[in-house]
Amino acid sequence: MVALTPISRKPVGFYVPVVAAAGAFAGLFVGTAQGSGLLGIVIGALTMGALAFILTQLIKNETIARWGSVILLAVIGFILGGVPMLVLGVIFGWFFGWFSFWLYEGRYRAKVAPYLTPGQVLWHFAFRIICGAILVFLITPILVVMPLSFNAENFFTFTPEMLRFDPEGYSLRHYKDFFNSSAWQGAVWNSVKIAPAATLLSVSFGTLAAIGLSQQHVPFRRAIMAILISPMIVPLIISAAGMYFFYSRVGLQGTYVGVVLAHAALGIPFVIITVTATLVGFDRSLTRAAANMGANPVTTFFRVQMPLILPGVISGGLFAFITSFDEVVVVLFVGSAGQKTLPWQMFTGLREQISPTILAVATILVVISICLLTVVELLRRRSERLRGMSPG
Amino acid sequence: MSDTADATNDTSEQAGPVLAADGTPLKRSLNRALRRQKLSALLLIAPLLIFILVTFIAPIADMLFRSVENQIVQDTLPRTTQTLAEWDSESGETPGAPVYKALYEDLFIAQERKLHTRLGSRLNYELTGASSLFRKSGRGVDDIGEVYQDQFEDLNDFWKKGENWNALLGSDAWLTEISGWKKSTGDVQPPFEMREGMAELLPETAEYYAIFADFVQNDDEDNLYKEDPWALIYSAFYDDLTGPTAAQIASYTGPASAELGEAAAAAPAFETVDYKAAFSEIDKDWGKTPIWGTIRAYSPALTNGYFLNAVDMQKSPDGPEFRPDNERIYGTLFLRTLFMSICITVSCILLGYPVAWILANLPARTANLLMILVLLPFWTSLLVRTSAWKVMLQQQGVINDTLVWLGIVADDSRLALINNQTGTIIAMTHILLPFMILPLYSVMQTVPPSYLRAAKSLGATNWTAFWRVYFPQSVPGIGAGSILVFILSIGYYITPEIVGGTTGTFISNRIAYHISSSLNWGLAAALGAILLAVVLGLYWTYDKIVGIDNVKLGG
Repeated sequence: MVALTPISRKPVGFYVPVVAAAGAFAGLFVGTAQGSGLLGIVIGALTMGALAFILTQLIKNETIARWGSVILLAVIGFILGGVPMLVLGVIFGWFFGWFSFWLYEGRYRAKVAPYLTPGQVLWHFAFRIICGAILVFLITPILVVMPLSFNAENFFTFTPEMLRFDPEGYSLRHYKDFFNSSAWQGAVWNSVKIAPAATLLSVSFGTLAAIGLSQQHVPFRRAIMAILISPMIVPLIISAAGMYFFYSRVGLQGTYVGVVLAHAALGIPFVIITVTATLVGFDRSLTRAAANMGANPVTTFFRVQMPLILPGVISGGLFAFITSFDEVVVVLFVGSAGQKTLPWQMFTGLREQISPTILAVATILVVISICLLTVVELLRRRSERLRGMSPG
Repeated sequence: MSDTADATNDTSEQAGPVLAADGTPLKRSLNRALRRQKLSALLLIAPLLIFILVTFIAPIADMLFRSVENQIVQDTLPRTTQTLAEWDSESGETPGAPVYKALYEDLFIAQERKLHTRLGSRLNYELTGASSLFRKSGRGVDDIGEVYQDQFEDLNDFWKKGENWNALLGSDAWLTEISGWKKSTGDVQPPFEMREGMAELLPETAEYYAIFADFVQNDDEDNLYKEDPWALIYSAFYDDLTGPTAAQIASYTGPASAELGEAAAAAPAFETVDYKAAFSEIDKDWGKTPIWGTIRAYSPALTNGYFLNAVDMQKSPDGPEFRPDNERIYGTLFLRTLFMSICITVSCILLGYPVAWILANLPARTANLLMILVLLPFWTSLLVRTSAWKVMLQQQGVINDTLVWLGIVADDSRLALINNQTGTIIAMTHILLPFMILPLYSVMQTVPPSYLRAAKSLGATNWTAFWRVYFPQSVPGIGAGSILVFILSIGYYITPEIVGGTTGTFISNRIAYHISSSLNWGLAAALGAILLAVVLGLYWTYDKIVGIDNVKLGG
């Protein structure tokens, strides 16, 4: 967004108190951590207000001033509390340096509409901070798990060594445990055997059905769609209970085939939804043209239709794969010890004797899901490009 | 297509039939094409439809059936339930002697087949103590029958041997077959055949001997010829010898007629068994009405008992009634599930709305970047996120450590964030938040930002502009997201199980408990059926508001 509003420097009486208030806020936390919140507020407000005044009014050159504040606070931090405080000092120095000049130069006004009152500007930024906090809430659990998995101890919190960035505090032992434990490796192997088979089933049936569903005249379309989507809607525990009762009646409970069938059924709605969505943009005249030129329906399907809807099919397949790979409730009931999958092993670990190996597994899974997310996003873009829906 | 069909119709009325290229009327030709199209579409869908029907819908239907199925009482105690039907449960008296005799016969067969303990555990769901009562009685019934067995065996050693019984009751053809049969040859054992006339001569003995023979040959897979009969056969034999058909025995001339005549002559002088007293001696509960009331209430093949249990009610002589206050758990559990799901939905709205708003109003590039932060948790394994919360919420976990370090809480009064409702609500709000943000975002994208500016330029304050102009247009998104989150949360199992402890669990945890621990499958099925009904109702609403075709995944 370009600048909407002409900006000008602000008077000292405005920005120094604001920076001081921010300093007081930071001082509150540092102070309570050290034992006295009130003292922290006062010291924080005074030092940061003074810092803002010195940086803007005495040093003036912005680059020097900002680097200066970073170095100053870093040094103070290091003297007071070693490496962890140094990092904190750098962050504080960078933030207050930037904040002082941001306010002093009036840059905060540049991107908001010129007619806003100061109160509205304040709300504008407060709102962004709230949103930022919520996004942090979304991502924190995942971010916390990753460093904790390198913990050298059997603890689930950051040890003092870790906070000091002491290499002694970090190790790969939980990853070693994971790769050396037969229980975990067996679970991985089971997951790897079950998920692809289930995916294959749901993708092959699902794609055919999606093509059928996207034709113009389908009797009972709504009813059929409702049935096909139902595995996604019915709570997993109910699916699991029903499958457990029924599969033990027919002798599939506790077998590999039973688990694969159950997972295939759970993955089908995802395939149906993604593939029908892809088919919405599919130009039917292409298949007619192919038929016109003498291709039989099978050739038309594999040479014309399939390559065009392939991105949708693959991302549907990925969804089905992830569903099966992540699934624990149904396999818990339908499977037996011989089908113990990775999530099942994690679930038992979480319920019984929780060990940090779980965090190592979690980190590996997060990395896998980041890869899958990237693939799906690329496929989505490719599919839109193929169908000419977006230029990029 | 119907438009075209109508159009064809109109033309044909005006100017005679329009013909297709091959000479058939266009209307018929079009109809045929339409039919073929429908058929090919159905053919493409059929494999998947059958697959889903078999692997998914059939299990659900089976579960629903299980919630009312109750054949075990009737199957295990067929004679008892039949005779018990005439008993007046309100008289306050125990049933008459025939019922106890029927119970003896049923229970004897059941304990041989090892079915009585299953029936006991089934009835134990309705009447505490039934399980041990049946186990005890299963051990006791043998003694009741032995009274007659001993007397017959004392009378003549002939009655001790299985071969002699077979010679008396088996047909000649079967006897020659069985005597030549050996288990080691691997041939199928020749199935028992009753001698002609035995069913009239000794009706009860014949009936139970047939059951005995079937059990030995098919369940135990032993050689029937060598097998000594159950004590039950002796008591039935006694009944026959003293019963209405006893007079015919004198005219019997087949094998073992001498021994039979001797037994018939001696039987009337035998010591008899008072079944009622015998059962009361095994356990005095048999001499009281509650167990009989329960057996009678649960003798039909279908029952609403599981559903009554699922809503904290029970059967009583005056029809269904609520259980005593201290036994009501499911009502509280359903209410708690609803309450927590609502809490989770509301927190998802509160947290999701600002994020969706900012995503919809930022420039596309920044919005896409921030979208990754929403999609990453969405794509991350549920177990990973749950374990992250388990680790973070612990007493010695990251959150408490941070709070203690900041001095907000004291070290000795760390917050209890896990194994209670708070834990479940925090973790599930995090897990379900993307399901709220995504539909909200897609609705908010369609609201033109100029509306807000227009409202403001017309003099509305920020709040009025938002509340009167923007918010109403985002309500469909809130509706869609809320129903989605609510449906998902009401049936959640994994997260409450791990972070919920005892007070933060949902109805689904109870269902799982009944399936895997208490083995009360009928009650699990009934609870599941109620939950399913709630979810399907919500799903139907969702379909009305949003339409299932509009479900989008991952943006």
